Amino acid sequence: MREIALHLLDIVQNSVTAGASHVDIGFRLAADGMLTMSVKDDGRGMSPELLERVRSPFVTTRTTRKVGLGIPLLQQNAMLSGGGVELESEVGVGTLISARFNTASIDCLPVGDLAQTMASIVMGSPDRPEFSLTCASPAGEMSFSTEEVRAVLGEEVSLAEPEVVQWIRQSLQEEIEPILGGIMR
Amino acid sequence: MKSLAELEAIRKATLNRINLRTEDDSEATRVVVGMATCGIAAGARPVMLSFMDEINKRQLSNVTVSQTGCIGMCRLEPMVDVIVPGKEKVTYVHVKPEMVPRIVAEHVVNGRPVAEYTIGAAENE
Repeated sequence: MREIALHLLDIVQNSVTAGASHVDIGFRLAADGMLTMSVKDDGRGMSPELLERVRSPFVTTRTTRKVGLGIPLLQQNAMLSGGGVELESEVGVGTLISARFNTASIDCLPVGDLAQTMASIVMGSPDRPEFSLTCASPAGEMSFSTEEVRAVLGEEVSLAEPEVVQWIRQSLQEEIEPILGGIMR
Repeated sequence: MKSLAELEAIRKATLNRINLRTEDDSEATRVVVGMATCGIAAGARPVMLSFMDEINKRQLSNVTVSQTGCIGMCRLEPMVDVIVPGKEKVTYVHVKPEMVPRIVAEHVVNGRPVAEYTIGAAENE
């Protein structure tokens, strides 16, 4: 993966597969340059046994193959920058995954096209779960939620309609740039 | 969030378009993009959005774009299936955003698959 936003696109799929109804995504950049990407869901959660093994590339819940590289690759890239990945999970409650990146490190990935990732996420799961995104840095804060978009669109218009996807992408691009602009490329 | 007024305008325009759709979903052409870890790492995200843009640009109302997981041929990612009702599924491999306008124009719109981009052509190399 060449962008943190690509890791997000990948890791969010775990929350969708876990049957979540709400997925809250956060990008928080601290003044010291540490960036925390968090994904919190209310899906089925993981048992302590699975939680312990889930960082291994040879652990996956799918049944078609024996490898699962999403979390291991995220952890590798976070660690390369001097950060790491933390996981909290409880069966029946949900999961929180936080990846910390030291953006001052030369080995740190750029955040990348977060607006394109969010548009892809919404396209892939237009009906449920509801997604929210919060970006914060010393420069400011923005938030976005599919619930608000759905409230305007009503029941007849899907979030996967091309015009809606394009609107999400463009409006997020404008709003994220002033907040995370310095570490996006 | 800003420009919710813009979204309201999109809602109205889309509703008008939806009402013009007479055909049911089983008639729709499906574009399915592989979006597992392998697909994403190989560049599936801009490919999927390129399909969306192209369909939007041409105002094709009878085409859906969706995602699928890993189907086990990670070395050929990004992979895209185009499924035209009544025709055999066509699988495109190593798809790049630059290839998307041609796939949409020749295959989705005019019904002629782009042979050189398909898995058959890649496997014969």
